[in-house]
Amino acid sequence: MSHSGFFSFLRFRAVIAKEFVQMRRDRVTFAMMIGIPIVQMVVFGYAINSDPKHLPAAILAADHSVFSRSIVAAMQNSGYFRIVSTVATEAEANFLIEEGEVQFVLTIPEQFGRCLVRGEQPTLLLTADATDPAATSNALAAFRLVAEAALVRDLQGPLAYLRRGPPSLQVILHPSYNPEAITQYNIVPGLMGVVLTMTLVIITGLAITRERERGTMENLLATPVKPLEVMLGKIIPYILVGYVQMGVIMLAGRFLFEVPMIGNLWLLLAVSLLFIAANLGVGLTFSTLARNQLQAVQMAFFFFLPSILLSGFMFPFRGMPIWAQWIGETLPLTHYLRIVRGILLKGNGLAQLMPNLWPIAIFLLISLTVGLTRYRRTLD
Amino acid sequence: MTSGAPVIEVRELTKSFGPNIAVNRLSIQVEAGEIYGFLGPNGSGKTTFIRMLCGLLRPDSGAGTCLGYDLFREGDLIKLQIGYLAQRFSLYEDLSVRENLHFMARIYRLPRVKDLVAETMERLGLTRFAEQLAGNLSGGWKQRLALAACLLHRPRLLLLDEPTAGVDPKARRDFWDEIYRLAAEGVTSLISTHYMDEAERCHRLAYLAYGKLLASGTAAEVVAASGLFTWTITGENVHLLAAELKQKPGVELVAPFGNTLHVSGYDPEILRAAVADLDQTRYSCAQSEVDLEDVFISLMNNNRGDH
Repeated sequence: MSHSGFFSFLRFRAVIAKEFVQMRRDRVTFAMMIGIPIVQMVVFGYAINSDPKHLPAAILAADHSVFSRSIVAAMQNSGYFRIVSTVATEAEANFLIEEGEVQFVLTIPEQFGRCLVRGEQPTLLLTADATDPAATSNALAAFRLVAEAALVRDLQGPLAYLRRGPPSLQVILHPSYNPEAITQYNIVPGLMGVVLTMTLVIITGLAITRERERGTMENLLATPVKPLEVMLGKIIPYILVGYVQMGVIMLAGRFLFEVPMIGNLWLLLAVSLLFIAANLGVGLTFSTLARNQLQAVQMAFFFFLPSILLSGFMFPFRGMPIWAQWIGETLPLTHYLRIVRGILLKGNGLAQLMPNLWPIAIFLLISLTVGLTRYRRTLD
Repeated sequence: MTSGAPVIEVRELTKSFGPNIAVNRLSIQVEAGEIYGFLGPNGSGKTTFIRMLCGLLRPDSGAGTCLGYDLFREGDLIKLQIGYLAQRFSLYEDLSVRENLHFMARIYRLPRVKDLVAETMERLGLTRFAEQLAGNLSGGWKQRLALAACLLHRPRLLLLDEPTAGVDPKARRDFWDEIYRLAAEGVTSLISTHYMDEAERCHRLAYLAYGKLLASGTAAEVVAASGLFTWTITGENVHLLAAELKQKPGVELVAPFGNTLHVSGYDPEILRAAVADLDQTRYSCAQSEVDLEDVFISLMNNNRGDH
């Protein structure tokens, strides 16, 4: 039996080499593997994660000092706001916001200019319609800086002392309707997990069903090749594809969307291996369960939909009912999203990632086991 | 293995798919160096039997050895020493001829892969197609490539499932020349086919229908065992007689062959009488050799539905 063996590195390498050649020959699929991340990045990135500018705003000004006018002008110049009307009463302002005519109302109190000059730190109130937090959060964040910068220019000569010491004015931000803003940077790192899940599960889902459908499985089964050699031989080339996809997404995230990446990128690449392998394991398992390629694709979508809906990519995870959270906890994407966001946005290290690493590892183990036991060594 | 031991020896091998019995208690013995023909109508169990021999299907019951290894327990060892050519082309169409052969050679962990593939391509005349994708080859060359792929590891037994279906006569002739060369080197072949000329090229034959073995032996033995007698009738518009002859007692089979008619039956005297009835001035009648095809068709007719 020794010359037959349980696992042969030579046979394993032969399968890998064959997969690479086939991958190269299948131009359309190859183009999709690179194209899907780019298209999804651009579409999702700009559609979901837009950084809206020129949002309509109204001014409720009870003060007409030079300072008030500077602040209004600076708002306009920042690009975030477009002043569409000036109102006289609070009732009018509320009406405009409720109607959705404007997204913001800036209230400048009486005597604003005088108070400012006296160093009394007068208060500006910026009210926002924050129904869609992604739409307003940037503008809200920018406003305080815009207002202060505008005044810096005006506080010259005898007033220059106001530029030192405490801020010359106070800004109160009032996001109505949805006070808990979600940061938009969540989405681009999340996309990385979504794209990897989608393309890798589908592509490997096709791997064994294709051999079955084209009749090449009959030949393969009549040779001494072992199931593990075929499975791993098919997984390895696509792990590389997964890394290429990650590279594309990270470059796009960095340069198109300016996502901050404060964590260790090498750590991210390393832990992503687990996630990529888990997805490939699922794909291969589907591949052994499905009778043909169409079924394999359907199964891949069956897996993909809950992944995208229940992982916290689409909706905030803690907003879902408990039973949905339980389903979400079993999916690799849920944990990977936390890992990616943790590394990129919070600068997490390996220790903080552990609670999300082992569930993916368990998932990988289960999917590979199911795949291996379901891999039929005969045509029965 | 000693030269005397049979290469394939199975007893009462049975395989069902749901309620359908594909192979029904089949017993067969194939000797070393033989070219053994496997004949029978579509769905008679030829492919199922071959697949059981190479480990692609698990038999339900029975016993047997292949190359001296147990069919049920030593499948992995059998796989190392057989070459299996599936009915459908089952190499990779998106790989070139050379890439396909390289892959197969590595799967069998053969030494000197490069030289071996080059030699094999040379031997089978595939060298000029080396860089072509297998999917772009014609039917005959595809079969040749498939044969090359299952010869790489120098198997002692070839299992060929309708290797020449849809292949032109010249390519078929070349294919058989190769099989004879291999037989001379001691390689045993089990070939399933629908072609009578190929059946006659085999050293021995087995005829299967409805999963059962109906006849086996050399072509002459099969004909003799059938108990059939045949008369050949020639004359103008002889085919018009077919319907009339079929009604006569003692006539089993009437088959047109070009401008002649073959009439066969089991009782020589009744058959002689039936033929003598014909207008002897318009038709000439003579007893002739029994055709293998007639034997098979009568075997099939007599066993129809009997399973």
